[in-house]
Amino acid sequence: MNNKTYAYFPGCTLRNKALDLDRYARASAEALGFYLREIPDWQCCGGTYPLAKDETAAKLSSVRALASARDSGQDLVTICSACHNVIKQVNNDMQHDENSMRKVNNYLKEDRIEYHGETKVRHYLEVLRDVIGWNTVKAKVVKPFTGKKIGAYYGCLLLRPGNVMQMDDPENPVIMEDFIRAIGAIPVIYALRNECCGAYTVFEDKEIPAERSREILDNAETNGAELIVTACPLCRYNLVKNRCGNDAEIFYFTELLAEALGVKEKVTAAMEASYASV
Amino acid sequence: MLQSELDLIREEILSVSGVNPLKCMQCGKCSGTCPSYGKMEYHPNQFVHMVETGNVVPLLKSESLYTCLSCFACVERCPRQVEPAKLVEAVRMVVERQRNGQHLEAEKIPEYLDSDMPQQAVVSAFRKYRK
Repeated sequence: MNNKTYAYFPGCTLRNKALDLDRYARASAEALGFYLREIPDWQCCGGTYPLAKDETAAKLSSVRALASARDSGQDLVTICSACHNVIKQVNNDMQHDENSMRKVNNYLKEDRIEYHGETKVRHYLEVLRDVIGWNTVKAKVVKPFTGKKIGAYYGCLLLRPGNVMQMDDPENPVIMEDFIRAIGAIPVIYALRNECCGAYTVFEDKEIPAERSREILDNAETNGAELIVTACPLCRYNLVKNRCGNDAEIFYFTELLAEALGVKEKVTAAMEASYASV
Repeated sequence: MLQSELDLIREEILSVSGVNPLKCMQCGKCSGTCPSYGKMEYHPNQFVHMVETGNVVPLLKSESLYTCLSCFACVERCPRQVEPAKLVEAVRMVVERQRNGQHLEAEKIPEYLDSDMPQQAVVSAFRKYRK
């Protein structure tokens, strides 16, 4: 499956505060033989899936991206846990919820878009597992994290609701542990790996993400984690911001992947050069 | 508030959420697994019971609407597929869709910002705390 091209939805944060999450992902994809083609004119997914049955406008940006991917004949790939959650759930609505289908398509008539859930949405980790294969990833690793104990932090949005996301068992996931093994490290299993970090509640009460994050970090470290990996910029922010006597550093999974594949330095240098030129 | 108004609000909550509270057997698993349990005046199982019995006024005024993390833990772990988070969202919508019902003002955002805060945090908060 070399040179496979995907329609790529980076999302708002991967263009800004989590630019590194994006850049390491692109470079690693190239090293593994697939290409992320950014969807033209994509719009922010909104960050949270609109749970109210009568919400239509909040689904339009996802549907535009999904329709664009379909028209290019490519699967849609996301990296950010929130984009992944919103776009997969909206795609599910466009397959099964008559009300959403009718209203969204009615609204998008002026854009000459009609969409009924044809696009397959894959998280970057799913591409690694289902298309590239862990054995291939492993074979391309040049700088393995041998002996490093790494805790996977799934958070809430990557896996739930399980019947819609269909990524992994939401209560006993293995995809990030398999990733950790593929880059040569030892996965650390801990109870709070799929519990929420506090998400956006910093705007309501900063103690909520603080308490949540400390519990998660303490739980990971108690079980022996030296590093923590996540796919979500908000998870990473909350965990980093609320460290309290914790030693474990928190990385995006793509940074460790790029390092293992030997392409990290090239990416870091390019990012530093682009910052210097601003 | 008149009984007829309360009935309308309850109907709105049921319709916007798509939840059928009669499926709930009050096992409490949703609240037991809720990571925000300690920050909620009314817990997910109570939301379900209070909407079922029409006791919605305390919910409309409760800070619990804003401490729910929408993390889908209660949705995933409910043995009866009641999906309490959708009920919390619907009550929040009923409040925030009222005139002056916004919970977060744009002018308040700068005091929370720091140089690392991801755009995702602000976007998500706007989706949850105002309409």
